[in-house]
Amino acid sequence: MTYIAKPKFHHPGLKKNELGYTHRDYEGKISTLCAGCGHDSITASIIEACYELSIEPHRVAKISGIGCSSKTPDYFLGNSHGFNSVHGRMPSVLTGANLANRDLIYLGVSGDGDSASIGFGQFAHSIRRAVNMTYIVENNGVYGLTKGQFSATADRGSKSKKGVTNTDNAIDLVAIALQLGATFVARSFSGDKTQLVPLIAAAIRHKGASFIDVISPCIAFNNHAGSTKSFDYVREHNDAVNRLDVLVGRDPISVDYAPGTVQVVEQHDGSRLALRKLDADYDPHDRLGAQTFLQKHAAKGQIVTGLLYVDPDAEDLHTHLDTVETPLNTLDEQALCPGSAVLDKINASLR
Amino acid sequence: MSVQSPISSVNDFVVRFANVNGSGSASANELFARSILRHGVPVSPRNIFPSNIQGLPTWYEVRVTEDGHLGARGGVDMMVAMNPQTWDKDVASIEPGGYLFYDSTKPMPTSKFREDIAVIGVPLTAITNSTYTDPRQRQLFKNIIYLGALCALLDLDPKLVEQLIGEQYKGKEKLLSSNVHALHLGRDWALQNLKCPIGLRVKKSDKVGDRIFVEGNSAAALGAVYGGATVCAWYPITPSSSVAEAFTSHCKKYRHDPETGKAKYAIVQGEDELASIGIVIGASWNGARAFTATSGPGISLMTEFIGLSYFAEIPAVIMNIQRAGPSTGMPTRTQQCDVIACAYASHGDTKHVLLFPEDPAEAFEFAAAAFDLAERLQTTIFLMLDLDIGMNHRLCRPLKWDDAKQYDRGKVMTAEMLDEGRDFGRYLDVDGDGIPYRTYPGTHPTKGSYFTRGTSRDRYARYSEEGAVYADNMQRLVRKFETAQDMVPRPLQANAAKPTKYGVLYFGSTSPAMDEAIGILEARGHQLDRMRIRAFPFHSSVASFIADHDFVYVVEQNRDAQLRQLIVNENGIDPVRLVPILHYDGTPITARFIANAIGDHQDHLKVTPLRKAVT
Repeated sequence: MTYIAKPKFHHPGLKKNELGYTHRDYEGKISTLCAGCGHDSITASIIEACYELSIEPHRVAKISGIGCSSKTPDYFLGNSHGFNSVHGRMPSVLTGANLANRDLIYLGVSGDGDSASIGFGQFAHSIRRAVNMTYIVENNGVYGLTKGQFSATADRGSKSKKGVTNTDNAIDLVAIALQLGATFVARSFSGDKTQLVPLIAAAIRHKGASFIDVISPCIAFNNHAGSTKSFDYVREHNDAVNRLDVLVGRDPISVDYAPGTVQVVEQHDGSRLALRKLDADYDPHDRLGAQTFLQKHAAKGQIVTGLLYVDPDAEDLHTHLDTVETPLNTLDEQALCPGSAVLDKINASLR
Repeated sequence: MSVQSPISSVNDFVVRFANVNGSGSASANELFARSILRHGVPVSPRNIFPSNIQGLPTWYEVRVTEDGHLGARGGVDMMVAMNPQTWDKDVASIEPGGYLFYDSTKPMPTSKFREDIAVIGVPLTAITNSTYTDPRQRQLFKNIIYLGALCALLDLDPKLVEQLIGEQYKGKEKLLSSNVHALHLGRDWALQNLKCPIGLRVKKSDKVGDRIFVEGNSAAALGAVYGGATVCAWYPITPSSSVAEAFTSHCKKYRHDPETGKAKYAIVQGEDELASIGIVIGASWNGARAFTATSGPGISLMTEFIGLSYFAEIPAVIMNIQRAGPSTGMPTRTQQCDVIACAYASHGDTKHVLLFPEDPAEAFEFAAAAFDLAERLQTTIFLMLDLDIGMNHRLCRPLKWDDAKQYDRGKVMTAEMLDEGRDFGRYLDVDGDGIPYRTYPGTHPTKGSYFTRGTSRDRYARYSEEGAVYADNMQRLVRKFETAQDMVPRPLQANAAKPTKYGVLYFGSTSPAMDEAIGILEARGHQLDRMRIRAFPFHSSVASFIADHDFVYVVEQNRDAQLRQLIVNENGIDPVRLVPILHYDGTPITARFIANAIGDHQDHLKVTPLRKAVT
């Protein structure tokens, strides 16, 4: 984390989005992560996705836990409120924030140490509660800040930089998210921005619990031979089931897609997800099928990426709690306090 | 069985019901307490129950007290002994001259009784078996039958009891008539077979006034509704669960949009205490009023987040319904044992605001005020109840609300203020009171955003590990805590009838027992000025009070004199001048205990009573 702000000047001809914001308006402070860190690529993808969606930067609340990944919200959307909470507890803080004001966009950024260990419970429960959020795990399979210990997502048999073999089974957060009822589940790779940017954009537009697991190699401690989270390994074993485009409002569907290879998913907010199928048999509406597909490929050592599951009719926690449309944090005395006359009646009932 | 001097008392005695958990006796026993209240006679009931659902012993004690002493008294004048498991202990606890009421269907050998008590046998099982065939009915109506018998024995007006049953089963005619029938079965049997009434009697009076009869947890939850809480996150734990359950119930009644029917609140049962406080902190950070309710073990789990609330300066309200610790301790027994744990919760240098309500009425007031304080001070506020207040019905003054009251949302910088060019530094002490301004997320497109973190940062919320910057921030937090001193409820002082060199400090649920103990001590010639502490940080008058007396007794319900420790630590007072009076067996403190402990100490000090004791 840094306090070094980027210089504010920029080229006057920078392209602007629908709201008149340039790409620079979505940037944050200068990253202090290691040069080449996969997390910085994810940061860049978040910036790109928010720019493309023409989101007002200050309408995003970005919340994280503790760790390298959890530092990254400082590096994007500099005009947004950020919250670097405590280790593994991002989901509960985000849930509370979301309950207070349903009108903001909630970006939860976490790491594999953060979400798969101490925060495993909170990860699971925020998913099953259907909190309307985009939950991104920047997954490098290693504890970078404490210099290279295995995390709970490290694959069994993979080797640490010191040559130690991991004998524990890995937790697959995507499989867990699917099982717990996440209504938007994707996996991607920090080195594949073309795939990742639209996935993030689609997750933001999705109303419900969106989860994206992004394999993000740790350049310092997990990018060696024997690692299953290195750039080389992921590139060699990546099996993308689809490519995604997010079509907002009246954008036409691109003519580039050959008929029969594009599946359009329309969401409640009017946005459409155009899925270009790479695996002709893959159905992203089949939760059970996604789980099976994932496990079969994992057994073969393949890393399945893409939009793995989406429910366009998803509901969120506010729907389940049937809360008013007005954000709870704006309700005043008149809306909240029953008043003295009611209290007199309550008193009378207690005699 | 005849006794030479049976206790004879009108409107001043203690009845204890010994039952088996799960036997359905709770509603009958509570009906008994409420019936006496309807006679205009104050009662002070207490549940004494195990941390178990079925099978273990449970007691319900009703102190009938025309003088209005609402603390536990100690001793039992009449034992309704319905539990064979605890028979010996129950019989032993009866005061000499007291009464033993039992189910005489199976005759008991005389060796099971005491010679100095009166034994009243009613063949409850025989009556129920001859009336009902269903086993559950037999169990439940047995409780109403003994209530009926007590009506005759204690001279209760059966119409008032019927009226209460009518209110309880309004709209359920079948249940109503069957309960009334059972009541009369017991009453008629007693009138026909026993000498009624006995020496303990209830006579109609007018000592209840407009007071209400309510549990502290329910009142605190109502305070949260009136205080504008919109988010509640909680995890079940005895004895606090009924706070969240009552909040849910109150919200369902009073917090739905009349047009859409939608909820103006969000209640989440967290997966644990960590998540619950995390949700509270997230919601409060985002400008909603949020709270959780828990007990000691929950506080232990929440401490990391409490430290974050303190250091990152995020409002939070925690209602801590204290029980006997440490560890699992005695989950269903009362203590005031989390004072230190809450005052200094979390690692590093922290201090938190504690509020100590004495009864449900104050629980309501303080709960509502806690949200103003949390937002004003941008920190965690603990509402420190305990099981004795929280889970027992207590007679208290009616709840009051001033409709002119506006919520104090604290120092929140709005978009307009930012546009005016106001300098926004999240941790900037603009007013010298240690309290900075905050902004809600989403306030302004280009101004006022900041990064919240538990790491050290400068006045503009920029990460910094510079020693001077850290120390500056920590000093401001001290200033803020000093500011809190004048914002929290002040201690209440009452002076003895005559000048004295001795004082007593107490807090929370000790209050009614202390009120009564003062009277007992005065009768013995011991004069004591008293001060009830209602909040931490301590107001300067606490130190003054101590300075004004040679010795000050500090009465509390824990082993280690935690309030005393806090006073010594925070005010730099010579510990010798603070004499601990400690009660910590899990039962509510009694006036007898306080009076005896202080009286003994005064005797030890060879304090000459100002006048002779009245016997």
